[in-house]
Amino acid sequence: MTSNNKDKPPASGNEPLLQVRDLKTYFFTREGTVKAVDGVSFTVRRGEIRGIVGESGCGKSMTAMSILRLVDKPGRIVSGEALFRGEDLLKKSRREMTAMRGQQISMIFQEPKSSLNPVLKISTQLLEVLRVHRDDRSVPVKTEAAVEMLRGVGIPDAARRVDNYPHEMSGGMAQRVMIAMSMAYAPDLLIADEPTTALDVTIQAQVLDLIRKLRDDRDMAVMLITHDMGVVAEMADIVTVMYAGTAVEEAPTIELFEEPLHPYTRGLINSIPVMGQVKDRLEVIPGRVPDLIDLPPGCRFAPRCKARIEHNLTRCEIQEPHLIEAQPGHRVRCWLYESDDTV
Amino acid sequence: MASYLARRLTLAVPVLLGILFVTFALARLLPGDPCRSTLGEKATDEICDAFNERYGLNDSILEQFRIYINDVLHGDLGESLKFGRPVTELMVERLPVTLELSAFAMLFAVLLGIPLGIISAYYHNSAVDVGTMIGANMGVSMPVFWLGLMLSYLFGVALKDTPFWLPPTGRLTAGVSIQPFYEAWGWNVDGDALTFPGFIANINTLNAILIGDWNGFRDAAKHLILPAMAVGTIPLSIIARMTRSSLLEVLGLNYIRTARAKGVKEIGVVGRHGLRNAMLPVVTIIGLSLGSLLSGAVLTETVFGLSGVGRILYDSITGRDYTVVQAFTLIIAVVFVFINLIVDALYAYLDPRIRLE
Ligand SMILES: Nc1ncnc2c1ncn2[C@@H]1O[C@H](COP(=O)(O)OP(=O)(O)OP(=O)(O)O)[C@@H](O)[C@H]1O
Ligand SMILES: [Mg+2]
Repeated sequence: MTSNNKDKPPASGNEPLLQVRDLKTYFFTREGTVKAVDGVSFTVRRGEIRGIVGESGCGKSMTAMSILRLVDKPGRIVSGEALFRGEDLLKKSRREMTAMRGQQISMIFQEPKSSLNPVLKISTQLLEVLRVHRDDRSVPVKTEAAVEMLRGVGIPDAARRVDNYPHEMSGGMAQRVMIAMSMAYAPDLLIADEPTTALDVTIQAQVLDLIRKLRDDRDMAVMLITHDMGVVAEMADIVTVMYAGTAVEEAPTIELFEEPLHPYTRGLINSIPVMGQVKDRLEVIPGRVPDLIDLPPGCRFAPRCKARIEHNLTRCEIQEPHLIEAQPGHRVRCWLYESDDTV
Repeated sequence: MASYLARRLTLAVPVLLGILFVTFALARLLPGDPCRSTLGEKATDEICDAFNERYGLNDSILEQFRIYINDVLHGDLGESLKFGRPVTELMVERLPVTLELSAFAMLFAVLLGIPLGIISAYYHNSAVDVGTMIGANMGVSMPVFWLGLMLSYLFGVALKDTPFWLPPTGRLTAGVSIQPFYEAWGWNVDGDALTFPGFIANINTLNAILIGDWNGFRDAAKHLILPAMAVGTIPLSIIARMTRSSLLEVLGLNYIRTARAKGVKEIGVVGRHGLRNAMLPVVTIIGLSLGSLLSGAVLTETVFGLSGVGRILYDSITGRDYTVVQAFTLIIAVVFVFINLIVDALYAYLDPRIRLE
């Protein structure tokens, strides 16, 4: 057993479970190549919650989908590695990949209600995951197992709920069902793609609590995708901030909030609504994510960056900065921290 | 589910009454005189008065309608003005031909259209997809009787003396006959009692299956291939296109992504999750294309030398043979309502949200 001491932040000493290296996923559309994920690297360790945060369209979901190899045409994983327990997922056969999904790596999604099949009973959908992965096909799956799965995620009246259809459930309930489904085989890694975005605040807290509890109980790793810095602060042990298909900053959560380095991260943190204070997010970070087909030549954030003007930096619009370790365990991609000799 | 269907069934009653009335009225509002088109232009006024009196044509339309409904409810569809025979008799002769052809055409359309649609959707933008869609677009714009002529020329004439030859006309090869099932089973039926068994027996393929006459079945089915292809091409094209677009849409939905993320194999993703949802609009379109299919059958029968309702309906309309027109319209409407009921039932089976409405 690896150490599972909750007092100490999941240390970087834990063995890496998933190592994503220089992942590139492009969409080859008629209008041009959309570089949805353009060279992303990060590591997820056992028992760790890795936050991936960034604005809409910055490539968070595509990063996750690439790891599970679920990118649809016209998208394609162009290069990179996704080492899961040392084996590259991107090199596995389709059959091997199918066997891993739902068993060793599970994923839950935003909009839980539409993520469930409207014409199948909850029990059918829950048991399906058992059915497709069981070793012995002659062993039947029992409805009782579905009831157990629902109990495991704290759904009251589980025995009756298994006979429901998705449209008979609330969003929060549906997300619990999704979580129950993803937990069927106690996966090593749970990828949660904005699991609470479609839910209202109290339900959101319950679902996040559930994810955290499951992580604690099972020493599972979680890759938590969100655009909500509040959720990151509450949940993540370590965070990757993404912008326009790249990682721009990476640090343990506490450090990131105490001392955000990248101007974009600072903007995101400032955009967290503070009680009793109304803030316009657009005011904090003016402009929008660049078109991923026609990326600006230098730093992707340069056109929106105030720091660039304040510090009178000239390189930003010419040359892309590198992801450098500005402080131990704290990486950033910004010319403010990169000196000439690192180039 | 049962109450849902019961509700649908009750709704069918006013629909049928409405159809009855509209045909009834339309037939009578058409210019033209049933007496003279039946007895000839030279019939005198006295003769026609007697004729009209005898067939109740002097009563008001509403009165005629009342009498008609009453008769229909008692199973009496009337007597043909022209043939002087009970309409039910004509129906036993003609309707099975058209229904059998329609059923085969539908079978052809569904069994080919749905798989083609699935393949096109799954491999969309591939050569198979593009080819199928070009074919489907040509298929829908093909006049049925023209296609019928082409097919019977190709398979009946051009491919003569090859194994691909197919009989271009008729229902059975001369000399082949299939014993009516009620005879084979030793039933003792005749006269009025014969109506229903006679009707069933006249559906050659069904009759052959009932008595296990496989040679007869093969012969009857062989004769149906060309007309069924001709009549089925339009619905085939429509079904293939609908299946494709519906499945394409469904395959992009969130729960399909969930199924994949769960580790379901592609065949299960498409079959269990995709198809069941994608079938909803397809089922509807199948029900709807039955209309064009029946009219296609009526138009094509003559091309293939089949004496179904097509010819008699045409003759009855031009000859103002009201009872026949009404009877066939009624039967076709009943078939329609019945098929739509099946569609509704399928819908409710496929989609739990409908059951609860
Ligand atoms: N089918 C597609 N064709 C072309 N481009 C696509 C396609 N799917 C996604 N993209 C592009 O990929 C980029 C990244 O998408 P992704 O869904 O990963 O964003 P995200 O960070 O998850 O955003 P959100 O918060 O909205 O979920 C987007 O800018 C989008 O334009
Ligand atoms: Mg997303």
